[in-house]
Amino acid sequence: MKNTKKDTKKQINFTIDGIQVSVDEGTTILEAAGQLNIHIPTLCYHEDLCVAGNCRVCVVEQEKLKSLPASCATPAAEGMVIHTNSMKVRLARKHIVELLLSEHNADCTKCYKNGICELQGLASQMLTGDHMFLDLVPDHKYTIDMFNSAIIKDDSRCIRCQRCVRTCEELQAVSALGVAYRGNNMKISTFFEHPLFEVVCTNCGQCVNRCPTGALIERNYIDQVWDAIYDTNKHVVVQTAPAVRIALGEALGMHPGKIVTGKMVAALKRLGFDSVLDTDFTADLTIIEEGNELLTRLKKALLDKDPNVSLPMATSCSPGWIKFIEHTFPEFLGNLSTCKSPQQMFGALVKTYYCQKRKLDAKNVVSVSIMPCTAKKFEANRPEMRSSGYKDVDFVLTTRELGIMIKQAGLDFESLPDEHFDSLMGASTGAAVIFGTTGGVMEAALRTVYEVVTGREIPFEGLNITAVRGTEGEVREASLKIEKTKPEWKFLDGVELKCVVANGLAHAKKVMQDVKDGKAHYHFIEIMACPGGCLGGGGQPIPTNKDIRTKRKQAIYEEDMGMAIRKSHENPDVQLIYKEFLGQPLGHKSHELLHTHYTPRKRY
Amino acid sequence: MSDTKLKRVDLIFGEYSNVKYKVLTDTIKRSSDEILDDLLESGLRGRGGAGFPTAMKWRLTAQAPSEEKYVICNADEGEPGTFKDREILTRVPRKVFSGMAICGKVIGAQRGYIYLRGEYKFLLPDLMKELDGYNEHAKSIGLNFPIEIRLGSGAYICGEESALFESMEGNRGEPRNKPPYPTTSGYMGKPTVINNVETFVNVLMIMRLGPIQFKLLGTTDSRGSKVFSVSGDTPIPGIYELELGMPLDRFVDEFGDGDTKAVQVGGASGFCVPRKKFKDTVIGFEGVPTGGSMMLFNSSRSMFNVLHNYLEFFEEESCGQCTPCRVGCQQLRKGIEAVKKGDKKSLYLDQLMKLAESMKITAKCGLGQSVANSFSSIVYNFKEEMIY
Repeated sequence: MKNTKKDTKKQINFTIDGIQVSVDEGTTILEAAGQLNIHIPTLCYHEDLCVAGNCRVCVVEQEKLKSLPASCATPAAEGMVIHTNSMKVRLARKHIVELLLSEHNADCTKCYKNGICELQGLASQMLTGDHMFLDLVPDHKYTIDMFNSAIIKDDSRCIRCQRCVRTCEELQAVSALGVAYRGNNMKISTFFEHPLFEVVCTNCGQCVNRCPTGALIERNYIDQVWDAIYDTNKHVVVQTAPAVRIALGEALGMHPGKIVTGKMVAALKRLGFDSVLDTDFTADLTIIEEGNELLTRLKKALLDKDPNVSLPMATSCSPGWIKFIEHTFPEFLGNLSTCKSPQQMFGALVKTYYCQKRKLDAKNVVSVSIMPCTAKKFEANRPEMRSSGYKDVDFVLTTRELGIMIKQAGLDFESLPDEHFDSLMGASTGAAVIFGTTGGVMEAALRTVYEVVTGREIPFEGLNITAVRGTEGEVREASLKIEKTKPEWKFLDGVELKCVVANGLAHAKKVMQDVKDGKAHYHFIEIMACPGGCLGGGGQPIPTNKDIRTKRKQAIYEEDMGMAIRKSHENPDVQLIYKEFLGQPLGHKSHELLHTHYTPRKRY
Repeated sequence: MSDTKLKRVDLIFGEYSNVKYKVLTDTIKRSSDEILDDLLESGLRGRGGAGFPTAMKWRLTAQAPSEEKYVICNADEGEPGTFKDREILTRVPRKVFSGMAICGKVIGAQRGYIYLRGEYKFLLPDLMKELDGYNEHAKSIGLNFPIEIRLGSGAYICGEESALFESMEGNRGEPRNKPPYPTTSGYMGKPTVINNVETFVNVLMIMRLGPIQFKLLGTTDSRGSKVFSVSGDTPIPGIYELELGMPLDRFVDEFGDGDTKAVQVGGASGFCVPRKKFKDTVIGFEGVPTGGSMMLFNSSRSMFNVLHNYLEFFEEESCGQCTPCRVGCQQLRKGIEAVKKGDKKSLYLDQLMKLAESMKITAKCGLGQSVANSFSSIVYNFKEEMIY
């Protein structure tokens, strides 16, 4: 039993299914049962969220109590006698699942979540074949919001568990989704029931990751990608984000925390992509561009005393964050790095540099990206993301969609051999790998910036800047004193570079509010929209929770440590592209292809 | 017809004492323990319908460790067929304020709120005037317990205590998980006593008369009197204060129109008692409890329509968050329609009775749990009216 704090917390003794159990005060019946490996079904419960207790599927019987308490919401009490599988409980649970099914569009074969739906799982467990109640679906005027490039919301599949509402409010502080109306008309909706694309939704997909049914799903582009692959006139290039390789295994039946980079590359090649490349390459490129941008801004501020320079500078890799700041803090858009995200840099270079080197006509090249993210789908469709003259990234697939494609192709993922990325924009460094976790961009940037300025490696054991490694659920501040600079960076000598790292938009909001209120002073801000960073992205395999994120994070740092090159500026492909194509960081070509601008948006 | 008339009581609406706020002024000089002992002795139980012993509620809240505590008067009176709190607040508001202030003293609360039903907005000007008088008086006797009014917006669910707190805090009116109970975590997460309007008046009357005299009224389980809202097929609808523990047949003798076939005791969330059970039914916590609503139906009424009306009400007034209540209410309403139309066999009613039973034990709050009361009692007693 997991009772690590035995001496500090009061112990509660009670009985579950005849088993005596002793737990910390405050432990719920559900958690206690879990410790005994008794599985109580749940729907509205999610480890990351506050307890709602509204689906009532987890009810249990408590002796001497007439009603059945919801085990997720009821703390264990001394002397309680609990039955999790009594006749009363079984009938009640069956009734509840039947009720949910009666207002649910149970057209499962037409549903994207067919086979992985939690409601379907319970229905099959409870043998609800005979549907004991009347069908209520025709009584409801359910709507489907499919106007969005990233997320589809289908109310007919919604079971009103409010996981999405709690996600949007608690984790992301966005509150794009809320509860509207009452009773039979109660539904999950948006501000004035506008479609998602018209409200403050950041497309982060955290709700999609937590939706137990098919009510919130990513817009999938699987068929379009297959079409491109089968089209012999098209050259299909695929890039894979850092956080995909440490989570894809989960979508294919492997345990969380497995690094599957080689197998992923092998699978992509077998799916028929013409070139399998690595977003890590543009992650490194981002560091060079963004690092130089930071240094330029610091120079303007500290040396030239330019009052118009926007500091602190904030990272721009996370498209959920970008849309969030556009809506919530539009006055700070100037503080965002103008760098495109690695995905979009990659897309722009595929249609230019890559085509030039490979002697391909850009109009015949299809650029696909595999991302842990749903917001990337929206980002790829932004009008400003066409600087190559074509759409920089044609299709964005989530880690989950790639998992589906691999299954469709009949590949036995676990037994695939490890293969290597194709060359040219395929080289990677440890610095790029850690983009997948909170604090990673900061650490990668510092590894490079410090060396550029001082000519020396950053003075930390094994290049690991643990001080900026973000932690879930907190805002991490760190500062780095720059000493003994090269002559041209003299103005930075003795400067304490103040950094802050935040993950999850609720924390991002706090950081920005503090900056706005003048309570906090930073030089460099790293924000990742999703809890834990990209490894906990909305496009990652379901389930994603704290335990799983921790394992993915360990895998990322393991991958970083295992890389031969761990600093972005040492990436050979990056050095090559500057020599052959871009010229210099922040140069004319860079500005044209790798940098972008932002759009102020309203809250309402 | 019986000759003996039901005993009319005049506790609640009786005259104010000669000196303004005399009972309050006297009571707050006593110790909290003395007041609680009197309350315990009186056997007073909450008048909102659930009948929780008032002394116990107050004692638990008094014992809860917190600097900040609240007293809330639940004047949301949303139960169909209930209209007595409106009358109390119109005629004897000072008694309500006094009861609240005594509670504030006992539990150590610094502030009281009256959560007034949205539809009772018209009471506001008079009530505010009275309240100003109270607040002034409280100050003059050194009692730091101001009372304010908060207005609801017409949702039935906001009469449920935890939904009421949510509403007061500015959130969507949805019930909370329990535990924690209001005695430890209520309004703003602080220990809170929330009582019905009438309960507070009863407290004041106990303080004025003493528990012994209060106990002379009613029965062992149901002490004191109760204000009833009598409506439906009766020649004399209105508000009556009667002794608790009366047999229903005597009530019907007095208030019925001679053709009463059923009485709905306790509103839409209460129980339907058919004629054949009038004799054996006691109105009180030992029998059928009520928050005050007594609706009489004569033989011209279709009990199917009565039930259908209640179910439509619940279907709409459910907050919609928990499954049993949100979907269950729809299924019950649609289910009886299907049986009536012949789309479902009459046996389906048994299925619905089981569903109602599940709702009773699994719903998150009192609303969903009590739908079964009217559903089961009407379907069970008037089955033929449901089918034919």
